[in-house]
Amino acid sequence: MRNSKISTLEEAILRSGLKDGMTVSFHHHFRGGDKVVCMVMDKLAEMGFKNLHLAASSLSDVHAPLIEHIKNGVITRISTSGLRGRLAEEISRGLMDEPVIFRSHGGRGSAIASGELHIDVAFLGASSSDELGNACGYSRSENAKSICGSLGYALPDARYADHVVVITDDLVEYPNMPKSISACDVESVVVVDSVGDSSKISAGAIRDSKNPRDILIAKQAAKVVINSGLFEDGFSIQTGTGGASLAVVKYLRESMLEKGIKASFALGGITAHMVKLHEEGLIGRLVDVQSFDKVAAESIKNDPFHQEVSSIEYASGMHKGSAVHALDIVILSALEVDTDFNVNVLVGSDGVIRGAIGGHQDTAADSRLSIIVCPLLRGRIPCVVPRVTTLITPGSSVDVVVTEYGIAVNPARPEIKERLEAAGLKIVDIQALAAKAESMTGTPDPLPFRDKVVGIMMNRDGRKLDEIHAIG
Amino acid sequence: MMFVPGNNPGMMADAHIYGPDSIMLDLEDSVTMAEKDSARLLVYNALKSIDYGGCEMVVRINPLSTPYGRKDVEAVVKAGVDVIRMPKTETADEVRELEAEILKVENEIGCPGRTLIMAAIESALGVVNAYAIATASKRMMGIALGAEDYSANLKTQRTRGGAELLLARESIVVAARAAGIACFDTVFSNLDDMESFRKETELIKSLGFDGKSIINPRQIEVVNEVFTPSEKDILKARTIIAAIREAKAKGSGVIAVNGKMVDRPVVLRAERTIALAVAAGILPKEEQI
Repeated sequence: MRNSKISTLEEAILRSGLKDGMTVSFHHHFRGGDKVVCMVMDKLAEMGFKNLHLAASSLSDVHAPLIEHIKNGVITRISTSGLRGRLAEEISRGLMDEPVIFRSHGGRGSAIASGELHIDVAFLGASSSDELGNACGYSRSENAKSICGSLGYALPDARYADHVVVITDDLVEYPNMPKSISACDVESVVVVDSVGDSSKISAGAIRDSKNPRDILIAKQAAKVVINSGLFEDGFSIQTGTGGASLAVVKYLRESMLEKGIKASFALGGITAHMVKLHEEGLIGRLVDVQSFDKVAAESIKNDPFHQEVSSIEYASGMHKGSAVHALDIVILSALEVDTDFNVNVLVGSDGVIRGAIGGHQDTAADSRLSIIVCPLLRGRIPCVVPRVTTLITPGSSVDVVVTEYGIAVNPARPEIKERLEAAGLKIVDIQALAAKAESMTGTPDPLPFRDKVVGIMMNRDGRKLDEIHAIG
Repeated sequence: MMFVPGNNPGMMADAHIYGPDSIMLDLEDSVTMAEKDSARLLVYNALKSIDYGGCEMVVRINPLSTPYGRKDVEAVVKAGVDVIRMPKTETADEVRELEAEILKVENEIGCPGRTLIMAAIESALGVVNAYAIATASKRMMGIALGAEDYSANLKTQRTRGGAELLLARESIVVAARAAGIACFDTVFSNLDDMESFRKETELIKSLGFDGKSIINPRQIEVVNEVFTPSEKDILKARTIIAAIREAKAKGSGVIAVNGKMVDRPVVLRAERTIALAVAAGILPKEEQI
């Protein structure tokens, strides 16, 4: 091919014009199996780069090797939506001089589009690419190795970064279409042995939860949805992937069949459960920013009504066309909820960062009804508390909290409370839930936070929402 | 009646949220020898400090013939348990021995007569003596079948159809009814086979049992569905009760509903249907007869 962009990783980096102090970006569609972030950062370290800003859509356990690059000054700043594992623990204890900037998926998309988060070079792993850089999260070739489905979080990077390097382990013939990333946005294509460990990218088929607490919470949450006034033909829904959230879908399905109600679309991270409902004709369209399992990844490849969206199209608050503006109901999980309905999904009750914001803030803010499913206690840790450790989603966006000990409705939504009570559901005060939790666990000692700030939590509109302090 | 191991604080803490009619904290078979003392302490504190929301609390103690039985009685009576479940009961004397032990502790704390007894019948001898056991004490509130030990004692094993349990089940229902107390069926252990569990629950309901023992909250829904009267049953029961009230008001002895004669058994059945519907929460308490 005349205009081949194929190069080695080192050539691509040299060609990109990357300099010390610049911003490099990555997506996290390969999740726990990701090999791209560490591969590229190792190469950048080897080439002598310093003081880089790592802007990933999320980071997890698999990125623990980055600790060395932080210690050696290769990485001095991080922006992400989530942080887990050993890297998160070290950062929570004060590894970095600069605080990590946390943004929701929609907030990240908006920040990239507005230039607030300027990306110099994006390194985007892809399950397949042609020589020009038309790239996908799946492959139609027989050599497919690392399938992840939607590339929604990579699309703003591809569009707005100054320089884009696609990294793939399955180079296919031109044209690799339909494509997710357009060759017009791509400067280099790097072929490697593997971009991700397939066994850790998707969990395979997600099984129904058999945990009785999850089932109890899910049944109650399904009753909230059914009696919310929004459960009518053409409604739209998003659910998380936790046991309780997934089980809600199962109970809603029964009610949808019984009442002859069909959803117009399901949004967000798409799972096998949603694909099943779609294939049964109960959900018209799947709008997919992230495919959570093999079934979803296969479906987005083969089904024209299962469509990929970028994180901007998914959840940007700045772009009024984003899908969350059309979303009726979202069911979300939480690490902590407080008596003002504020939610924390990022920092554990031990003060260590151990989660991801995802689209929590975005969907809660713009959906017509946001439901938090959360146990009252996890082990001996209370989850309904007087004050969240870190503010991630403001209580003004949260409508209903469902626990195994009762359902609480935000006083700002009296009409929802009225509807649920009319349907025979017992609504409890959120203060009573927090008091119940404390009566069972006792009052926890205050966490030993230090003054040093290790993280800054941004609101999706670019305002600072909270600070995360170093622990221990 | 939901079985909860007495050595599992996580399960004990929130057993009531799933809505069982009663919770049985177990100190016997689900607790190893090494954990008998710590489990007793846990169960004591659970009974004293957890708000079970009015759920009937039962504790299965170790037999009095073991080194743990009397300590179990002392702890749970002092903690205010509603019912003590006596395992492997074979004779009326054993019940009387337990009753004396309970009374001793109750007298110590100044509340004699508070604690009820349920006897688990788990052997051929126990089945033969079912009526004597059921009538051995005024504290007897019910008898229950323990099928695992019983089928081992019979030198057979449990089957899906439950033919080996039929005589025991019928004997226990008959003994309980003759004694005027309640009767409860044994557990069903395969949590993945809900269909067979439903069939077994339907069977024991038709035999006359008042309830079923369960080992997981997921089984509650099935038991409730089987035991809760249908709308049709409730309507029929209401019609019968209204007709009998009307007949009484008129001083008429014999009545008919929809062309069928209504005699005393029919009325009793109708009253039981209403009582079950009230217990299930689908009829208001005011309808209780």
